[in-house]
Amino acid sequence: MAEFKLKFNEKLCATCPTYDCLVRCQYMDIDKATAKAEMQKIINGEDSFVLHQCATCYACEEYCKRGNHPFYLITDLQEKKGILPIPKPLVTQWVNIGVPTRKDIQEFYGAKEPVISLCLFPAYIDSIKGKLFEDLSIVLGRHFFCQLAYLHFGKPSLIRQRLPGIIENIAKHDFKEVICFHDECYSTFTSYAPAYGIEVPFKPIHLFEYLYNRLKEHEDEIKPLNTKVAYQRNCSTRLAPKKEHFVDDIFSLIGAERVERKYDRENALCCAGIIRGLQRYDLFVDVQKRNVEDMVNAGVEYCVFNCPACFDSLSEAVTKKGIKPIMMHELCKLALGEKPAGWK
Amino acid sequence: MISMNKTYKLLAEIVGEQYVSNKKEELYIYSQDPGMMEPHKPDYVVMPKTTQEIQRIVKIANDEKIPIVPVGGSLSLSGLVIPHRGGIALDLKRMDRVLEVNEKSRYVVVEGGVTQGKLKAYLERHHPNLRHSIPDAPPSATVVGNIVIHGQGRLTQQYGFNSDMVTGLEVVLPTGEVCKIGSSSVSPYWFSIAPLPDLAGLFLGWFGTTGVITKLGLRLYPKKEMRDIEMFVVEDPTLVPDVIHRVTHTEMTEDIFIAAQPYPLVFKDIIMIGICITGDSEEEIEFKRRMIWDALRTHIESKEGGFMMLTPDIKRELLEMPTTGTTRFADVMKGGGFEYCGPIIPVEKYPEAYKKLLEFSSKYGITYGSAGRVIGRSHCMMFSFGYPFNRADPDNIERTEKALHDSNVASLDIGGVPWKPEVPAQKMIMERMDKNTLELMKRMKKLLDPNGIMNPGNWEAE
Repeated sequence: MAEFKLKFNEKLCATCPTYDCLVRCQYMDIDKATAKAEMQKIINGEDSFVLHQCATCYACEEYCKRGNHPFYLITDLQEKKGILPIPKPLVTQWVNIGVPTRKDIQEFYGAKEPVISLCLFPAYIDSIKGKLFEDLSIVLGRHFFCQLAYLHFGKPSLIRQRLPGIIENIAKHDFKEVICFHDECYSTFTSYAPAYGIEVPFKPIHLFEYLYNRLKEHEDEIKPLNTKVAYQRNCSTRLAPKKEHFVDDIFSLIGAERVERKYDRENALCCAGIIRGLQRYDLFVDVQKRNVEDMVNAGVEYCVFNCPACFDSLSEAVTKKGIKPIMMHELCKLALGEKPAGWK
Repeated sequence: MISMNKTYKLLAEIVGEQYVSNKKEELYIYSQDPGMMEPHKPDYVVMPKTTQEIQRIVKIANDEKIPIVPVGGSLSLSGLVIPHRGGIALDLKRMDRVLEVNEKSRYVVVEGGVTQGKLKAYLERHHPNLRHSIPDAPPSATVVGNIVIHGQGRLTQQYGFNSDMVTGLEVVLPTGEVCKIGSSSVSPYWFSIAPLPDLAGLFLGWFGTTGVITKLGLRLYPKKEMRDIEMFVVEDPTLVPDVIHRVTHTEMTEDIFIAAQPYPLVFKDIIMIGICITGDSEEEIEFKRRMIWDALRTHIESKEGGFMMLTPDIKRELLEMPTTGTTRFADVMKGGGFEYCGPIIPVEKYPEAYKKLLEFSSKYGITYGSAGRVIGRSHCMMFSFGYPFNRADPDNIERTEKALHDSNVASLDIGGVPWKPEVPAQKMIMERMDKNTLELMKRMKKLLDPNGIMNPGNWEAE
């Protein structure tokens, strides 16, 4: 198996004026001096409390404006030192979930572009319908699963072990472009793979970019929603911040006001699903409470999600406060007068 | 001895022509259950409507020494209502009335053929603050059938076997007398078996070999507004007894079940401990949840166990009553066959039972699924050695039968007792039973059923 090594420039850290990667962390209280010291330990391959307390929210990848990869470095060192962020049985479970079996690949040969990969979210097949998704082929299953989730599980080497095979499988289908339903896939191909020198022979398309372009084609059919929304960022959006403007672009097109609130944009809070998985229950409760209260105070009607896992994690909490949880593509469908899947 | 024709006519006089049959196609249905026991047809099927009709049928059977098998939903999987010696299949499904609900004393009185589904629906409609302990059997399973086999349900961790919730019985004895058991024998109320001598034990766990239960009084319990679930996961089976011990110590839980199966892959190599909680408010649920998390902190910190992330869909499925997930797994081989041996074991024996399950699965090249349930505050548990099989594959069936046999032996070897055992397993139990106890069982049976007409083949000591 090829050895993929992280492209990490230690000198960039040594001259960093902010150490925002750790200073801005929402889940650890770290001042600049401590951040510098702990980052140096991590670079040296030494133990650091950061390795044990990291909530694996990916945000430090965005906070680092120099394009270094602090989070990837942290996860690699966690694995090297055998520091499991999550209990062993849950790691086993997730390792098994992503095993690419032979079962689900044959039927996709011959699928015509444009093609959208639903990753491991078969439950969303019914939602990929209507004007925005006309003429789209769907692929999904473990052979299209980007594997990036193992960053949460102290198993990043598993990503590098499996990802080349996943990429090879997609390439075998001769797809030139693949629309990524889950931006974790997009971020894998555009951030993680390049960071480790893994070649991606097709062009990943961010779902929101695709949605925006399709909405533009149907602009005259849009009925503005005239509603206030909160947008729940998910961890992998931190790996593709350049695509974040599409959130605002889409909201603007469909008449949704992204209300100013404390925990939005770079200050966004994690949905807390993974924090619960880390078995940090108090933090989980605290993060969700602050996040949802922030939405309530902002007076939003909808909480808009990018990620199905965030939807699962947070939808119950927002619903209890009278806020409607909805996936971004479903909100777009609403603006076109179409009903989201499952709505009556 | 009267002729078969004559018997048919007598039965028809009692229940009416349309409720008696000796037609092959109907006898075929009553000849089997979904398990692996050899089918055997009855000679007649009768569907009485009243206790008095049953009384008359039983008297004829007793006079003429015709075997009689009381039938509920026929869903035990262990052939407990297969008429091994023919005779009359006494189907109680027409006796399906909910006779009384006492809101304040929290009990219900039902007829012998009331199904789990009917009682659940009835309570939801008329008494939304009350519930009974619903087993994971299909809704067509009967309430009486479940207590006769010492079934378990969603409230078993709190209140014991479903048969521990019995408050009274009306029974037609094999000699035809109608007998009331419990407070209803001296009072209009069906509130309790105690403080009288406990005669219910003459009928519970006997699989209909000592009489026909025509009415049942059963405890009902408060139905909380909300239910939720946590799923604790471990890899090491030796941790399971301690997890159960710690969780039951909190006394905060409704149901605790334990599942292990290799398919789908998300369940491979792990053991899942489902912990259900109920409450009338978010605060109550949250308080209980925190108690449970705190109770398992040691296992979490050692990284040997943790709470699974459950999506709303999975939660909904796990909280279903009855659960349908078990049924779906039961057909994993796509051959329509599923059978299990579910001994009641001391909780600390879980690791041994689990090890044996994997051993038999490997030895016979078949897949497995284990779904256990904690009974009482860790007083014991049901552990199922479950094997899905393909009914169209004789080799697969043979290997499954061997695995089941070995599972029964292993259950006894580790100190457990097979639950709702099929006839061969009953024999295994009786072989190991204390001789005086066995003699007492024989005496009781002979006393109640001198002609041996009731569900013959079951609990028959040599």
